[in-house]
Amino acid sequence: MIAEKNFVPAPGADPSRPASAPGETFVLNLGPQHPAAHGVLRVLMTMDGEWIQRAEPIIGYIHRMHEKMGENRTWAKFLPNTSRIDYLSAMHYTHAFVGAVERAMKIEVPLRAEYARVITSELNRISSHMVWWGALLLDLGGFTPILYAFDDREKILDLLEGLCGARLTYCYYRFGGLYNDVDDAFLQGTRDFVKHMQPRLKMYRDLVTDNIILRQRLTGIGAISAEMCRKYGATGPVIRGSGVAYDVRRAEPYSVYPKLEFKVPTYPECDSMARYLVRMDEMEESLKIIGQALDQIPAGPFMAAKVPRVLKLPPGDTCYAVEAARGRFMIRIVSDGKEMPYRVKLRTPSFSNLSLYEEASQGMILPDALAMMGSLDLVIPDIDR
Amino acid sequence: MTFLTLEPIRILLYLVGICAFVGGNAAYLVLAERKGAGRIQRRPGPNEAGYAGLLQPLADGLKLLAKQIIVPPGTDGLLFRLAPLMVMAPPLMCLATIPFAENLVARNLNIGLLFVFSFGSINVMALMLGGWASRNKYAIISAARVVSQSVAYEIPMLLVVITVLMMTGTMDLNEIIKQQAHGFWNWNILRGIWDFSAGHIGANPLMPVTFLIFFTCMLAETNRAPFDMAEAESELVAGAFTEYGGMGFGVFFMAEYANIVVGCCLATVLFLGGWQSPIGVLSGGLWGLGWFLAKTYALIMTVIWIRWTFPRTQFYRLLNLSWKILIPLSLVTLLLTGVMMKLPLLWRTIFGA
Amino acid sequence: MKPTLETLTAQFGRLVPESVSAPTPAPAPVAAASVPAAPAATLAAPVPAAPVTPAVPAAPPPSPIQVTSHAAKGYDLDITVPPQEVAAAALILDHDGFALDTVTGVDWLAQNQMEVVYDYFHPTVPLRVVVRTRLPRATPELPTISNVFPGANWHERETHDFYGIRFTGHPNLKPFLLPEDANFHPLRKDYQP
Repeated sequence: MIAEKNFVPAPGADPSRPASAPGETFVLNLGPQHPAAHGVLRVLMTMDGEWIQRAEPIIGYIHRMHEKMGENRTWAKFLPNTSRIDYLSAMHYTHAFVGAVERAMKIEVPLRAEYARVITSELNRISSHMVWWGALLLDLGGFTPILYAFDDREKILDLLEGLCGARLTYCYYRFGGLYNDVDDAFLQGTRDFVKHMQPRLKMYRDLVTDNIILRQRLTGIGAISAEMCRKYGATGPVIRGSGVAYDVRRAEPYSVYPKLEFKVPTYPECDSMARYLVRMDEMEESLKIIGQALDQIPAGPFMAAKVPRVLKLPPGDTCYAVEAARGRFMIRIVSDGKEMPYRVKLRTPSFSNLSLYEEASQGMILPDALAMMGSLDLVIPDIDR
Repeated sequence: MTFLTLEPIRILLYLVGICAFVGGNAAYLVLAERKGAGRIQRRPGPNEAGYAGLLQPLADGLKLLAKQIIVPPGTDGLLFRLAPLMVMAPPLMCLATIPFAENLVARNLNIGLLFVFSFGSINVMALMLGGWASRNKYAIISAARVVSQSVAYEIPMLLVVITVLMMTGTMDLNEIIKQQAHGFWNWNILRGIWDFSAGHIGANPLMPVTFLIFFTCMLAETNRAPFDMAEAESELVAGAFTEYGGMGFGVFFMAEYANIVVGCCLATVLFLGGWQSPIGVLSGGLWGLGWFLAKTYALIMTVIWIRWTFPRTQFYRLLNLSWKILIPLSLVTLLLTGVMMKLPLLWRTIFGA
Repeated sequence: MKPTLETLTAQFGRLVPESVSAPTPAPAPVAAASVPAAPAATLAAPVPAAPVTPAVPAAPPPSPIQVTSHAAKGYDLDITVPPQEVAAAALILDHDGFALDTVTGVDWLAQNQMEVVYDYFHPTVPLRVVVRTRLPRATPELPTISNVFPGANWHERETHDFYGIRFTGHPNLKPFLLPEDANFHPLRKDYQP
């Protein structure tokens, strides 16, 4: 971890500044309504002046019980639910669910559909990272980047709206393929977007990433070691910013990712800046993936031939994991042979990523703790489901 | 006409004028800020209310006036109500001595500079009282931060002002401006480097640095981004103003813009020649007013520009900047100015002749 | 030392010897009677040892340690342990460098059992391990693994929320996703709102 010579140590860490007695601390409630909480998250902080003694996240304010809904509707009817678990990277979540069902039913997905899934998923990853980036900068007091980010995101949303009719909660994948075919307008529009986005990312790197205030705000702040990530199950940019190159697209390859060349950005510094840079690099890698997929996408059917209308999976359980924008999303479906699932378990990345916050934020000063929370990229509906 | 030249009437007219100036600025600077922010963020800014949004401040003002002023239970009633007034009064007082043109000053005091700075310090106390009286943890944290930040940035600001004072030799603001006549190379910011009228090196070769220090401290004193820790929206909701609604909040807002106006006016007077024209001629009467306002508003636009460009720095870095960087730097310029001013005497003493 | 399927199978073989498999299911006479009768005639070839009749999910897999195909199931190793051994299983996997993916509860109402499934993934080796255990539905209790994997703290709390499964030794088993005063367990199959 990069040592910070200007950093003021917490009370108790330095002999000249003793920690406060239990009666001298106060409780600050970063309530469900707060400009910095990325959604309805409540963090109960026991504060020693400006330092956090204990920050306990309290969740459940947007708990919609998707897992119970999974048991009460047929396999196909659960598809819209998957988009709403994490609405910012909805394609990945739908991909996991259809992938799990296809794995259990041994449905062969045509290549064109797989490439289309990869293109749309990576576009979704970019749009999700743009929201994260804008929101992080907004938390840090830079009010302008979010509007530039949303400008780029608007282009992605327009592309996807032309493709599947929805701007945010797409329900584009079906068991065995896609809802409808990718048309030339979409493919050409995506090519134009890739050409447009590359210089924009460079501009963001020059103006924002290299801004000295941002560097000072994030470097050396919020250390999360690789061991802590492993113990808490944190994945995605959190573990990749701690030096471990774990990416589900490489660890448990799915779809056509084995055919595509891309790097897994990893930074060893373990601080918020490392996680920030991982995500910025991931956007560039996503553009590369989209470019390759656009070149490789074949003509052909977009839906598997014989998918039964009413699905009845064989009894047993099946897992499917994808690399969502926030980390590893794993879905575990248990079937008893009926047309409704017996159990749908959603393992969401933000849940595990937030679970380490209590331990990681001890002794941090409030602005730094909030910057660290922003660097974890939390989406609260992802945590609460 | 003799009625108008009676001193009390003249003062009264000036005070009404100043209040109108501050009020109009507070209203329309908000609009300028929002439109400037919009343009920097690639969007138009308010453009619905009236042509190009010009009636927007009217709408905002009416909205704020129409809201109920809620005094939360448990707050300190007197301090809670007093804080907005205490925040609004100092800028109004300061503007009484600032010369807008050669003859356009409410009351030209010969200790004008001291007067302005003594009132500037009251701002801190008002925010602190507002934060304390609100009985809200966010407000208290914000009040503590405001005090630390303001105390830290008062010191370099006063040190650089002393530097300028040493060069000008007077605290009378109109006199300071009159010394900067005949062209922009005579403005204090450049006169420090090379004194054209005297033909030798100026009293403070680091004058542009001094100006930057003053500008930075002015940003910090008025709690503008990137120094807006007291109101850090994403951490402290609205900081010291959290519990204020309606016109109470409106007054805090107006006071913030009034402080910016006072700060920029002061920077113009001390460094950029006040109402002097950059080409030496056309400094009198309304031309002077025009130059003064042009320079002041250019600085205000820069303040707005900075706000929407940079993220916020951390609190301890803010204080580090002041205590570890700006104060030593301003002490160095002070020392340098002292040495440079006495250099001829020193030369003669050492080398005779 | 990087874990492989062989090393894991050996380690778990020591933990769960073949003779001690999962606890036998409570009487479910319908399932037991139907197993030998109907499918015997229809089975062409000897079925490998993972029989599950399509009708009702019947007995757990016969061998407690099963190597599965990742392409078919999504995990590589499927281990069934008795409830009190889950902490030991977690320790083995922790020493091998695994991370906890999630803790899933499943309510098998027909068999009067609850199942708890622990999913593990490894950050550097492409292995996925599943550890399952079955509990009697009336008193679902098993030891916590939150002292081995602190991340399990939240997962177990959520499982307790939804099923009422008690994790003994857990520091804070209060409602998590449900309201603080909730005393119902919604994912149980006999839950009536």
